Amino acid sequence: MDLILGALGYIFDPVNWGAGAVQPGAIGGLLLEHLRLTALCVGIALVIALPLGFYIGHTGRARQFVIGFTGAMRALPTLGLLYFFFTLFAFSLSFLPAANLAVVISLIILAIPSILAGAYSGLESVDRETIDASRALGMTEFQILWQVEIPLALPLIVGGIRASVLQVIATATVAAYIGVGGLGRIILTGIGTNDYDRILGGALLVTALALVVDGAFALLQWLAAVGTAPRGARDTDGDATRAPLSAEPATQQ
Amino acid sequence: MSTAHRTTRLLVGGIAVGAMVALAGCASADPTAPADSADGATGDQIVVGSFAFPESEITMEIYAQALEAAGFDVDTQPNIGPRQQTIPALQDGSINLIPEFNGNLLAYYDPEYTERTTEEVDAALVQAVAVDGLQVLDSAPGEDKDAYVVTRETAEANDLTEIGDLSALVPFTLGANSQFAELPYGIPGLKDVYGVGVNPGDVEFLAIEDFGGPDTVQALTDGTVQVADIYTTSPAILTEDLVVLEDPEALISSQNVIPLVSDAIYTDELADVLNGISAELTTDDLIALRDRVEGDEKASAGTAAADWLEEKGLLE
Repeated sequence: MDLILGALGYIFDPVNWGAGAVQPGAIGGLLLEHLRLTALCVGIALVIALPLGFYIGHTGRARQFVIGFTGAMRALPTLGLLYFFFTLFAFSLSFLPAANLAVVISLIILAIPSILAGAYSGLESVDRETIDASRALGMTEFQILWQVEIPLALPLIVGGIRASVLQVIATATVAAYIGVGGLGRIILTGIGTNDYDRILGGALLVTALALVVDGAFALLQWLAAVGTAPRGARDTDGDATRAPLSAEPATQQ
Repeated sequence: MSTAHRTTRLLVGGIAVGAMVALAGCASADPTAPADSADGATGDQIVVGSFAFPESEITMEIYAQALEAAGFDVDTQPNIGPRQQTIPALQDGSINLIPEFNGNLLAYYDPEYTERTTEEVDAALVQAVAVDGLQVLDSAPGEDKDAYVVTRETAEANDLTEIGDLSALVPFTLGANSQFAELPYGIPGLKDVYGVGVNPGDVEFLAIEDFGGPDTVQALTDGTVQVADIYTTSPAILTEDLVVLEDPEALISSQNVIPLVSDAIYTDELADVLNGISAELTTDDLIALRDRVEGDEKASAGTAAADWLEEKGLLE
């Protein structure tokens, strides 16, 4: 209990949010650094993984290969990747560019599999009859993707992004090992000085940040589910992707 | 199908029985029991321990081989964890001797210790370790401690020889583990003792969490930081031609290599051998020894130790 009180004492001491904060500096700045790093890495991962996931989900091509490959990527330990890339880049770059690049690439690799899985499994979950009906109506493949599949798959797509953001927020703490900022620096400074208040305080901050961001995504996912549910259907539990656009009523499924 | 199943089951059963017999055989010879000391007419076996890093293992080998050459019955026990494990191991007799560092050993007994020079620390240690039935012998001039390190170019361009000269270098960036920003011998001490960094922005800090290892050396040599906390026995000091700034005000506590022995095993002959080693072991020797073991040669700790003892004529 004392341990938790000490950690909360560190977090809620106004001094630690201002210029006179103990190492590694004001908590607000570190929080922002952490969020910026997360946003950058997830942002780049989205640009890579969403189009790829849509392609796989729409065409069904390369599915086995990509599922296997992303599964393997999930198993890579980010800290190991971080040191691998850092050592690699340090041959030709100076310390800080090498460190930053290594952190960003390792976290992108962490972020991709969940986004990719959400995208292709979302598209695959769309009722085949719906797609056939769209095709029969004369929609082009591109129109089917944008106007039928993606809107119906939205809850699962957002779910994938949500999982990926959560993982990146939690794992971005390792960036501090090679001098890149974020909340991990609080934990590592705590370890270095045997200060359990800061070790636990930093961990609690990461947890709180993850929960808040996850809550925001839960809301977004709910909105996506509400948005994709057919008019009149009161399906708000995130399972709306199964709601058919065809003539059959949902109860007969 | 069923016969195949039965065959498999029989096989598995057979293996299990075989394994049990084999294990029962082991039970009669307890691998953790103390080694046979039937021939120990001259006294008990001395077990030399070490911490879990190469430098400690090298010094352990030096002690063990020199004692063996002097006729002692010696065994080694490398890779023991931190002092929370080594001190109890010395007390219960699992090991009897370990190469220590005087400053850190004193810090284990008194975290708030104020002694800084080798003489002060050694003197304070005598009392401190006696509580646990242990004693320290002579410390070696060789020490492995935190140091303010710059590249040869930086040192020559700014005429730097001691820590206080860093005033000429401000503003600069210092790279070290994060705790260096607040430990007394780190940035606060730099300001209070040497007056470096009195103005805000004079000393920027970059946290690199590898204890003065390759990442820190990289940041120093590529100019990301101008000053770094690198330990005095780091082989990089030799290979990268780095300059360790002198510390005339004794900001950083001494960390001389010092033999720590249990009272139970102490004899004057033992002390003579170990003090003879301490008299010869310098920081440069430690750097060279570490470079052989941790550098490209990848020599074993035993080989490096044997060669050093040979070179110093300590194997008589």
